[in-house]
Amino acid sequence: MTDRYDVLLVGAGHNGLVCAHYLARAGRRVLVLEVRDEPGGCAATREFAPGYSVSACAQWLNQLHPDIIQDLALENSGLEWAARDLETISLDREGQHLTLLGDRVEGERVSREDREAYRVFHARTSKYVKLLRKAFEARAPKLVESNVTDRLNLLKLGLGLKLLGREGMSDLMRVILINMYDLMEESFDSAQLKALLSLDSLLGAHMGPRTPNTVFGYLYRRLGDSFGHHGPAVLKGGMGALGKAMAASARAAGVEIRTGERVTSIDLEAGRVCGVTLASGEQLRAPVVISNADPVTTFEKLVGYRNIETGVARRVSQIRFNSGTVKLHLALDRLPDFPGLSEQQLGQRLVIAPDMDYIESAFNAVKYREYSTAPVMDISIPSLHDRSLAPEEGHVLSAIIQFAPYAPNEGWEACRERYIEQLIACIADYAPDIGQRIVAAELLTPADLENDFGMTGGHWHHGELSMDQVLMMRPFPGATQYATPCDGLYLCGAGAHPGGGVMGLAGRNAAREILRRGDAA
Amino acid sequence: MSQRSDDTMMLTTPFHSRVAAACELNCWGSWKDYTTPNAYTDVELEYFAIRNAVGVFDLTPMNKYRIGGTDAEAYLNRLVTRNVGKIAVGRVGYTVWCDDAGQVMDDGTIFHLGENDYRLCAYARATDWLHWSAMGFDVTIHDESADIAALAVQGPTSCSALMAMGLRGVEEIKPFGLAHFDFDGQPLMISRTGFTGDLGYELWIAPEHAEALWDRLFDAGRDYMIKPFGMEALEMARIEAGFLQAGVDFMPAEDVVRRGRSRSPFELGLGWLVDFDKPLFNGRRALLREQTEGSRYRFAYLDVDGNKPAHNSFILFNGKQVGTVTSAAWCPTAKSNLALGQLKMPHGGVGEELVAEIYYQRELQWTKVLAPCRVIESPPFNPPRRRATPPDAC
Amino acid sequence: MSGEAAGKHVNKYDAIVIGAGHNGLTNAAYLAKAGLRVAVLERNPYIGGATVSRELHPGWTYSNCSYVCSLLRPELARDLELPRHGLQVVPYGGGVTFKRDGNYYGNYYDHNRQYREMARHSKRDANAYERYTADVMKQTRLIRPFLLKRPPDPTSLKLRDLRDLAEFAAPFLAMGEEGLADTLRFWTKSVGDYLDEYFESDVIKAHMAGSGIIGTALGVYSPGTAYVLLHHYMGDVDGNVGSWGFARGGMGAVASALSKSLQAFGGEIICDADVRQIVVRGGRVTGVALANGDEYRADVVVSNLDPKRTFLDIMDRSDLPPELVTRARNFKIRGSSGKLNIALDGLPTFTGLDKQSPLMLGDMHFSDSLERLERAYDDWKAGTWSKDPYLDMLIPTQTDPTMAPPGKHMMTVFVQYAPPKIQGGDWTPEDKAGFEKSVIDQIAAHSPDFRDLILHCETRTPAEIEAEVGLTEGNIFQGELTFDQLLFNRPFPGYAQYRGPVGGMYLCGSATHPGGGVMAAPGANAAREILRDLHKPNTVPGGYADD
Repeated sequence: MTDRYDVLLVGAGHNGLVCAHYLARAGRRVLVLEVRDEPGGCAATREFAPGYSVSACAQWLNQLHPDIIQDLALENSGLEWAARDLETISLDREGQHLTLLGDRVEGERVSREDREAYRVFHARTSKYVKLLRKAFEARAPKLVESNVTDRLNLLKLGLGLKLLGREGMSDLMRVILINMYDLMEESFDSAQLKALLSLDSLLGAHMGPRTPNTVFGYLYRRLGDSFGHHGPAVLKGGMGALGKAMAASARAAGVEIRTGERVTSIDLEAGRVCGVTLASGEQLRAPVVISNADPVTTFEKLVGYRNIETGVARRVSQIRFNSGTVKLHLALDRLPDFPGLSEQQLGQRLVIAPDMDYIESAFNAVKYREYSTAPVMDISIPSLHDRSLAPEEGHVLSAIIQFAPYAPNEGWEACRERYIEQLIACIADYAPDIGQRIVAAELLTPADLENDFGMTGGHWHHGELSMDQVLMMRPFPGATQYATPCDGLYLCGAGAHPGGGVMGLAGRNAAREILRRGDAA
Repeated sequence: MSQRSDDTMMLTTPFHSRVAAACELNCWGSWKDYTTPNAYTDVELEYFAIRNAVGVFDLTPMNKYRIGGTDAEAYLNRLVTRNVGKIAVGRVGYTVWCDDAGQVMDDGTIFHLGENDYRLCAYARATDWLHWSAMGFDVTIHDESADIAALAVQGPTSCSALMAMGLRGVEEIKPFGLAHFDFDGQPLMISRTGFTGDLGYELWIAPEHAEALWDRLFDAGRDYMIKPFGMEALEMARIEAGFLQAGVDFMPAEDVVRRGRSRSPFELGLGWLVDFDKPLFNGRRALLREQTEGSRYRFAYLDVDGNKPAHNSFILFNGKQVGTVTSAAWCPTAKSNLALGQLKMPHGGVGEELVAEIYYQRELQWTKVLAPCRVIESPPFNPPRRRATPPDAC
Repeated sequence: MSGEAAGKHVNKYDAIVIGAGHNGLTNAAYLAKAGLRVAVLERNPYIGGATVSRELHPGWTYSNCSYVCSLLRPELARDLELPRHGLQVVPYGGGVTFKRDGNYYGNYYDHNRQYREMARHSKRDANAYERYTADVMKQTRLIRPFLLKRPPDPTSLKLRDLRDLAEFAAPFLAMGEEGLADTLRFWTKSVGDYLDEYFESDVIKAHMAGSGIIGTALGVYSPGTAYVLLHHYMGDVDGNVGSWGFARGGMGAVASALSKSLQAFGGEIICDADVRQIVVRGGRVTGVALANGDEYRADVVVSNLDPKRTFLDIMDRSDLPPELVTRARNFKIRGSSGKLNIALDGLPTFTGLDKQSPLMLGDMHFSDSLERLERAYDDWKAGTWSKDPYLDMLIPTQTDPTMAPPGKHMMTVFVQYAPPKIQGGDWTPEDKAGFEKSVIDQIAAHSPDFRDLILHCETRTPAEIEAEVGLTEGNIFQGELTFDQLLFNRPFPGYAQYRGPVGGMYLCGSATHPGGGVMAAPGANAAREILRDLHKPNTVPGGYADD
């Protein structure tokens, strides 16, 4: 019996679509199965109040790899930039905001020394980011059981390290493991600048500025720079437009996508993957199954721990998935007034993170399963760039907020409304009339994000991006290089190397690896 | 107040009052959490009780885990290397279990007590691994080690002694079978299992009836020359029968610090316990690979010339060290000098001639002997009475 | 030890060691053993640095800084004949974490007894402990052979460095792909996350996690702390790996034995000699100048001080490469701990524990959950002492009969966390009283008679430890033991092989590889490099081979 498909791919997130596209282009017959009604996964737009739409999960596009934009011809598949290369503005209660763009930082309270120091800092870290990029554009090399490809990769990385010079190399070895707090204290005076860069290091993470590894998080965030993004971008139609464009591009390459199909299990025969079973009971067969879901969803829910070996199950269950990130959506009857900010400035990326200790205190709360009463925020008002998102005078405000737990001590239902009020009050410190502007509000807790997008723990990166969970340790030892202990089963999502963010590299690298192995042939 | 710290003191088994009274040599050792006799009266005589009449060993300290729930069989099948589905209710199976790398964690026996009801009996503690293995299964795991008292009754007259206790039907139990009896209104389970390689049974009862069981057994066994035996006699018997001991003949895989010191079932001569027809069990992938790529070591029974036991000996081939002995004994019944050895591949094929480098001392003078030895297929002690059902009248 | 008579004069030596801490003394001993004329200059009127025994209450001897002795390398103790010079290290048993519910978790040496104690809290944990022990031992075995070696320089292409690097990498590669991944995970993980992978019982995790944060300005959930845990498993007392002991007579016995060993080789120790300046001429050291104007000339100057003090305080900026100054400034030596030394009228009793329970012989703690430990760290981050601190408390007089009058006792309480400054300001007497109270209250909550037994209490804040001992911010390791400051990164990349930036200048303190904990290894390793540079035969032993 011949199978209709060479590859079944579970989950039409952006990585899944990218992976499917490359496989189809190489001649593989690929079927993508997506439980949601729209492809795109976290690249989604949703109408959360009548007439008001917003990017439901990820809100900025700042890391998408240029090869993917090009290879998938996304700009010909319906992807339209509403605004690109936005500035980041760190809000100040007294209206003395700080603006960051590329290697420039401006603001009334930023000293000349800090401006210069930031330029130097930016140049220094850009070199490290370039090296990181090299490591992320290929599969994570094995170190012991390395083959020629791995050794070549390692050689390239080693060479890149050498090219940093003795000074740069030793500096990188030191900073990559330390925390942003110390690096910032070493580098700058401005509390606002230090806090802003710290925030960038820990978005989506369960870390505070003092947590070692946050410098790595910062460099990770900066990858977008090396991909040619000079700041965050918003898309026409919200992030869902990216999902749509990717799906269109994949279909054009011959990928079949079935939405509204829940995969209930990934099926094995004698340790080898053989297909999947759908909620409808339909069974599909293929020699290769790729999961775009996170490793816990893949192995616990779809494969089943009982169908893998104990040690593997133990490894999977020990991946850290603590999230502290929530999403707030506000429908506004008109644009709120942020004193000190022009309308043009309101269209930029707005950040609430006054100083590093503020962020650290915000993080303290989530460690004990409480939400931060003084949270940090990353705010977008995309309707300033894209009128399709809100009616007439109206606007939508979307904010990524840290920190709030997956399961607060008192339970989300008991505190959800109170928490929303608190968040709005926090924004009101910078936009006093925000309360009067609100038509509707929606909060997506980590638990909601888990439900909506199937991300374990609501974790954006499909598992914490800390040093012990990256490179060949991602997703877990024994399942590196996209292959898994189940023959024929591959991972292509953010849970695999190099990790999360709308980057697309996990999907592309996985496709390359599968083609290299020739399993799908 | 002081009660709490007592919780950590050495334990005694429910047979202790009887064991202590019989332990004339007052020669004690410790087995995990329990004080147990190394020898009662005379190691040689205890050993011969096993081989000639009937010996009794208190095996209460063994780790016993009760596995239940609708997935019990599926769970055990993923856990161990052999097919648990082939162990019928009322049967016992010897097996090993491995980590993902196909390295042996321990060996033990699975008692199929009833539908979805199993007992796993193991030398090493296994709680941690059993619980990790339970993810995804509807099973219950209960450590019932302290809830069950157990005696091994071993030797040619063991069946007769048990029958003399009034346990009718015990003679019908086949090797690796089990049956339930009434002991003064209390449930008593008897399995035809043991660690001596002889005809023998193991008796399982609630701790509160342990002393009564002991008393009745010794009363009934008097005419069959019943004797308790300790660790040292057991060690002689188990080596003679060629049984492996965790921590002696192999290292439990997860306790290994130095890479490469663990062993696979194939490397322990237990490949016959590996059932690749099962689609999944821990270590399957690694063991399949080992089958094609070859093992690193081979387990061998060595028949050593002379009468000096080859304790801790190096095994030489053409003067080069190719292995070591893990257990060795002069076997008084089989009249052979047996060693259990680990040989580097490709050594250890049956019939291979090797040399054991033996060190022994007499009156503080150490002597080195280079004793020729050869690999034999199976241990020399394997009497027909071990298999006959009903056992020959004894 | 001779206090040199006043009068400004010039003294000529082959080598000067600044600071008579245990590493300075060790370093000097090996230089003297090689035939060099060596002088150790000590600012204080007594030697030892943080390995001291002091009688601060009549009849009581306090190990008022470091208080236990386990990591001291046996190779060095034997080679320098420390036992002959009076050092006796006695292992102690026991150890306990008291729970708030009146129960406790105890520590036993005997494996099976430890199992039973753990099983009281969780059978699964008790069994998992065997796997945990094996896994931690794997890591210990990786690092131990490198304690008595200089770290390789991965940026160097010199033959010796490449060889060292290959030697260093070999055991890592021998672990296999998964084993290596596990090792990297271990080195980058938090102690809390690591323990969560093995154990379910909060008190068991809390008991073990303490070792991951002692002396470190990080919390139990800060990545990198799992390695610090290892640092406490590396010791041996008589080959019993991981066990801990007391130096009979207090930690001053270590310094005393080292000084006698040094003197036996002809070395000198000069106290009350406060070095103000390392003198550099033409890119080479020529000696040191003291506060009193005295000069000591030598072609070799070794600093037992931490890099901040060495480079920022007693060296001239113009003698140093600018990037080194930045690195010294950025080197993390954060004060995170304080100490109480208490003279007791008798042995206290603890609620729920037998009077004179053997568990009291060891380290006692009161933090029974990882959350409490993490919250204690939050206070430090906020710039204040922990209101519910982590205590590592010992009563060494149950093991060592020499430190207090018969029937009386001495208690040493290591307190985590305490910052070097309170919200950016200096410690006030009220702060110190508040700090002391938080400690005494925690102990008294579990020991009803404790308060009444106190005869004298010496409370030491990080600031005071710094002022007296000269450890920057009172950090016990002379710099945090996180991966960014370990091995070839210790104290900073490019300077990890004990050589300073100018010719003839060396570092030998705990800020160098392999770090703090009264190992004496940094001092010995530095001596090996110095002798190599001087083309002298090596006098420093290598480490025992691991089996």
